[in-house]
Amino acid sequence: MSKLASESTTSEPGRAGRYRAPASRMWWLRRRSYVLFVLRELSSLFVAWFVVYLLLLISAVRGGSDSYREFLALSGQPWMLALNLVALAFVLLHAITWFNLAPQAIVVQIGGRRLPAPVVAAAHFAAWAVLSAIIAWILVGAR
Amino acid sequence: MTKRSSSEAAAWLLFSAGGMASALMVPMLLLLLGVVFPAGLLVPPEHADLLALLDNPLVRGVLLVLCVLSLLHWAHRFRYTLFDGLQLTRLRTPINLLCYAAAAAGSAWAAIILLG
Repeated sequence: MSKLASESTTSEPGRAGRYRAPASRMWWLRRRSYVLFVLRELSSLFVAWFVVYLLLLISAVRGGSDSYREFLALSGQPWMLALNLVALAFVLLHAITWFNLAPQAIVVQIGGRRLPAPVVAAAHFAAWAVLSAIIAWILVGAR
Repeated sequence: MTKRSSSEAAAWLLFSAGGMASALMVPMLLLLLGVVFPAGLLVPPEHADLLALLDNPLVRGVLLVLCVLSLLHWAHRFRYTLFDGLQLTRLRTPINLLCYAAAAAGSAWAAIILLG
């Protein structure tokens, strides 16, 4: 089998033979909307970082009051605070873009009529506010 | 073909569930646990209070679900960031494997910490 033929069978079905203009690795710097798109996609890295941070915190708490105090000192270091502030900005971008896009993914029908998109988005923002308030109440109230 | 598209559908569903769970809960958790308490803007919770909170099975269950879904959200979105953002479509299979292996390892870690 020639190289060309083997490539066309291993590439995505239905795509074989179609010409695709090569895109540069920096294609996303060309427009503001592309940059925003890539920033939104990168937010997932910071969601994953939050999971790592949370699990480190929980294992420190589980490890006793000394290890909890050590973790608090570490998380108060300027570089750690800076990292968490950047992560917070990305996580907020994720939340806001997610709720704004929700009406396109979720179709709610009431009495045979489709609920307008702003109502679906507003319901998500309201749920976000309620859950955030509950989390703040638990964590600040736990002090 | 059908196998591939159904696994992609499952990946997308878990991505969505994780996107929703993380969007709803992570901003406030990160604001308090990552910025406000460490920076000393509010006095951090006492060790005994956090330990009591973590004794609650509901808290542990919610945190475990949040961790696992958030990692699956990351795995799905980040592999597409690499394929599309960096034009690495040729490395699709190893990237998929690495992302989901990392998500599985993180989920196992979360389960050990939260259920152990």
